[in-house]
Amino acid sequence: MKVALLVNGAVREVDVEPRKTLLDTLREDLSLTGAHAGCEHGVCGACTVLVDGAPVRSCLMFAVQADGLDITTIEGLASAPGELSVLQDSFCETHGLQCGFCTPGMILASHALLEANPAPTRADIAEAISGNICRCTGYGQIVEAVELAAERLRLANAPRAAAGGRP
Amino acid sequence: MKPAEFAYVRPASVAEACAVLASNPDARVVAGGQTLVPMLAMRLARPSILVDILRLPELAGIAEEPGTLVIGATTRQVEAERSSLVASRLPLLAAALPWVGHPPTRNRGTVGGSLANADPSAEIPLVAVALEAEIVTEDEGGRFAMPADDFFIGPMLTAAPEAGLLTQVRFPVWSEPCVGVGFHEVSARRSDFAFVSAAAQVALDPDGRCTRIALGIGGVGDRPVRLDVAGLVGTRVEGDRVAQAVEAAAAVLEPTSDLHASAAYRRRVAILLGARAIGDAVADAQEKGAGR
Ligand code: FES
Ligand code: FES
Repeated sequence: MKVALLVNGAVREVDVEPRKTLLDTLREDLSLTGAHAGCEHGVCGACTVLVDGAPVRSCLMFAVQADGLDITTIEGLASAPGELSVLQDSFCETHGLQCGFCTPGMILASHALLEANPAPTRADIAEAISGNICRCTGYGQIVEAVELAAERLRLANAPRAAAGGRP
Repeated sequence: MKPAEFAYVRPASVAEACAVLASNPDARVVAGGQTLVPMLAMRLARPSILVDILRLPELAGIAEEPGTLVIGATTRQVEAERSSLVASRLPLLAAALPWVGHPPTRNRGTVGGSLANADPSAEIPLVAVALEAEIVTEDEGGRFAMPADDFFIGPMLTAAPEAGLLTQVRFPVWSEPCVGVGFHEVSARRSDFAFVSAAAQVALDPDGRCTRIALGIGGVGDRPVRLDVAGLVGTRVEGDRVAQAVEAAAAVLEPTSDLHASAAYRRRVAILLGARAIGDAVADAQEKGAGR
């Protein structure tokens, strides 16, 4: 079946079997391998992408169901090739990743949280990433990364006084 | 973890969906896919054709009718979770929704899908049974409504017509001024399948006496169960009386044993959580009463 997907801002047409998941389509047909194939049955969150801005599991969706929808993968978050988004950079700074397998999913889930809530509590962050499993970090530094990014994003456009004199 | 082959159609209306279902006996309806797609991936389900109803406009949305809140089958769980109508008219569903899966599964998963899949530990079927909601299905023969209690037959088994689909769920709205709710659940990890869950809704009169009460228990047997605690009506719903009423009503439960929890444990926890949910519902109703 022919399907048109809006992936990271560009229309991409693919010809897929109905049984092909959005995850496999992104990885195999569009070479976007940032969405990771973990459990492939909806348990781990490694395959998380944003569909119309909301995090979903791309292994639980067929590409034919995504026809015409707006999809953002981890490749679409940074402003330019070789750059990192504020949130991605915060993961580096707080050591929010070790092997990195869960990281694209963690970042997209947290990205959607910060879009909706610029000042999340630790409980909000835990809830947002509750569907994403990490086998390495123990989650603490991931939560720190999201807190750091939230703070940086809040201060980005704050007047100098509110930013405490920081640049 | 790759599904077997199937064909895929996206009908333009409920009538067209019913026609496809009628001519393909092993077709399956898909909406959010959060229950069905894992079953396809594990090849526990192998339909020849998937009928995708998610984009049918006639099935989505939340609407109020006198005394009833009507939720369309393909309304996403996240929409119900954020709906001000659900929060004000159906607080018990609002309290249960954060326990349904995780944010990413609620973004895709639908209210109707959770009902139609009839997982015994699922929260939305539990609320539907506790509040005596009505489930509406449709096939080529027409529309059919039945009480939630009759709809759920067993694990993943419902009274939905063979070649039909669930179109809406109709929840009765309690119009008393002081209505409170309580929801509790025990699972291995937050948002995993519940071993036991309890949902309670209570209405109090200005003197703090109970005028109406509903209690449902999920996860203990092969379907959610409504417990009869009407003996508490007319009382203040406090002290040992609550636990005693729940314990007596829990005699109808038929808990199952599995790797995670024994039948005896499930019964014990069902009574405990049932009483706790009622306690929370009373406190919630009192708070609302004090606020007016
Ligand atoms: S690969 Fe999709 S949830 Fe694990
Ligand atoms: S960093 Fe290895 S799984 Fe999360």
